Amino acid sequence: MFPYCTDPSTLEGLSWLSCYLTTSKHMMLFYSLGTVLLLLAITAPTALAFGFLGATSAKSHFAPLRWIGKTYIAIVRGVPDIAFFLFFVIALDQLFEWVRHEIKCPDWDQPIRQGNDFVVCAAAKLPLGDAPQWVHEVYGFSLAVLTFAIVFGAFAANVLFGAMRAVPHAQMETAYAYGMSKRQAFWRVLVPQMWVYALPGLSNLWMVLIKATPLLFLLGVEDIVYWARELGASKTPRFTDYPHPDWRMWYFLGLLVFYLLFTRLSEIVLEKIMRRLSHGQATAAGEAMRRADA
Amino acid sequence: MKKLILTTTALALTAGMALADTVRLGTEGAYPPYNFINDAGQVDGFERELGDELCKRASLTCEWVTNEWDSIIPNLVSGNYDAIIAGMSITDERKEKIDFTQPYTLPDPSAYVALSADVDLTNAVIAAQANTIQASFVAAAGAQLVEFATADEALAAVVNGEADAVLADKASLVDQVTSNDQLVFLEKEELIGGGIGMGLRKSDAELRGQFDAAIQSMKDDGTLNALITKWEIGATF
Repeated sequence: MFPYCTDPSTLEGLSWLSCYLTTSKHMMLFYSLGTVLLLLAITAPTALAFGFLGATSAKSHFAPLRWIGKTYIAIVRGVPDIAFFLFFVIALDQLFEWVRHEIKCPDWDQPIRQGNDFVVCAAAKLPLGDAPQWVHEVYGFSLAVLTFAIVFGAFAANVLFGAMRAVPHAQMETAYAYGMSKRQAFWRVLVPQMWVYALPGLSNLWMVLIKATPLLFLLGVEDIVYWARELGASKTPRFTDYPHPDWRMWYFLGLLVFYLLFTRLSEIVLEKIMRRLSHGQATAAGEAMRRADA
Repeated sequence: MKKLILTTTALALTAGMALADTVRLGTEGAYPPYNFINDAGQVDGFERELGDELCKRASLTCEWVTNEWDSIIPNLVSGNYDAIIAGMSITDERKEKIDFTQPYTLPDPSAYVALSADVDLTNAVIAAQANTIQASFVAAAGAQLVEFATADEALAAVVNGEADAVLADKASLVDQVTSNDQLVFLEKEELIGGGIGMGLRKSDAELRGQFDAAIQSMKDDGTLNALITKWEIGATF
């Protein structure tokens, strides 16, 4: 990275550290920080969408839809995250490949399950066998986003389901009295007002989601925990220019600080959103704001 | 019309064959000198050089993928990569799930490393990497076993005093012992395992044949022995 880094064995103290922390391998650690942030940025809205769908179907008057919504919430909330992550991603991947296999290779005469092996034709592989490594990584990452979204979507669904019920019923009755249809009342009265009741639950979920990102490693995505462990492991002079004893403690301490800072920042932002949402609401916080303004 | 369908299927099939030419090699990347991630963040080590040479000889385009040791076999059989080349000893238990090429190393004795040379192995707590031949050996011998996800963590357990000794492939320990004055080899060594081979899906007999032939040709012209000496893996063929 820096010009003086050509022979690390001659370096001391800070200059050694500056070279050490900028090796290509450390760059991968910093890059994986980006992966985690990107995962959060994509997963949060997706999970919210899943949650919204789950909550509206659980509230639906159409029985089969209601059963689907309730089953989704019950099953996903009931299964431990780790079990879900280990089983579901492999199953999902194999399902995609099996569907593609049925479409693309109708003439295939061998069984798909051969003992332990899961064999589909080369054209049905996801991603294709000759795809560059980054395609594999993007695919793995998308599977991770989808799994996270399904898991956290179920929790979000339950929170939103509760929030929808918390909106004062008089509001809905007033809407009907003004001649709004059920659909209109739902979108114009219920949905805009439910967020203030949902936010405490959702902010909890967001915090849990931040802390759950190390589960990425279970899905084969090389996240910050993987790199912290790999970089912190003791290194002998033969295989690296920067030998050091077991430093995992320091790397994990760094992760701890990162997660603490990040959750603190989230708390501040969520607080601001809560203030904005409370404005003009028929809740204790909204009432307090109205009095303060008056 | 039927002919048209047949030709398109034939085309699709050959296209499928062409696609299969990239072979993905799965490794752990945390087991020097066999395989590790170097300062540049690339897979490096004995198996990196070996794998690249084997692919060249078999005219395959190869790509390296890292996967944690614990799930390295499940991810092979579900098709995330096509071969394991990760210091994996050939054992009967593993042969039930996957196939192996012929070994590319001779059986390397497993060695114990401890903080002092007079550890009594009969009632010591022994650390080993999970799902290794060493872990099953310790478990079968009835000693107290503590398992770790990586070889480095197993060794760190000895340094931290969590375990009395660690059992691992000798070649993977030599460097750690020479660079750390606290650690010593115990005299006792265990001869377990039948050499290291590449692991492949049972349904992939063709690829296994290609790698088998490539390993044989490297054995015949002495290049494999040169690599083994260079990376200090153990005895040569």
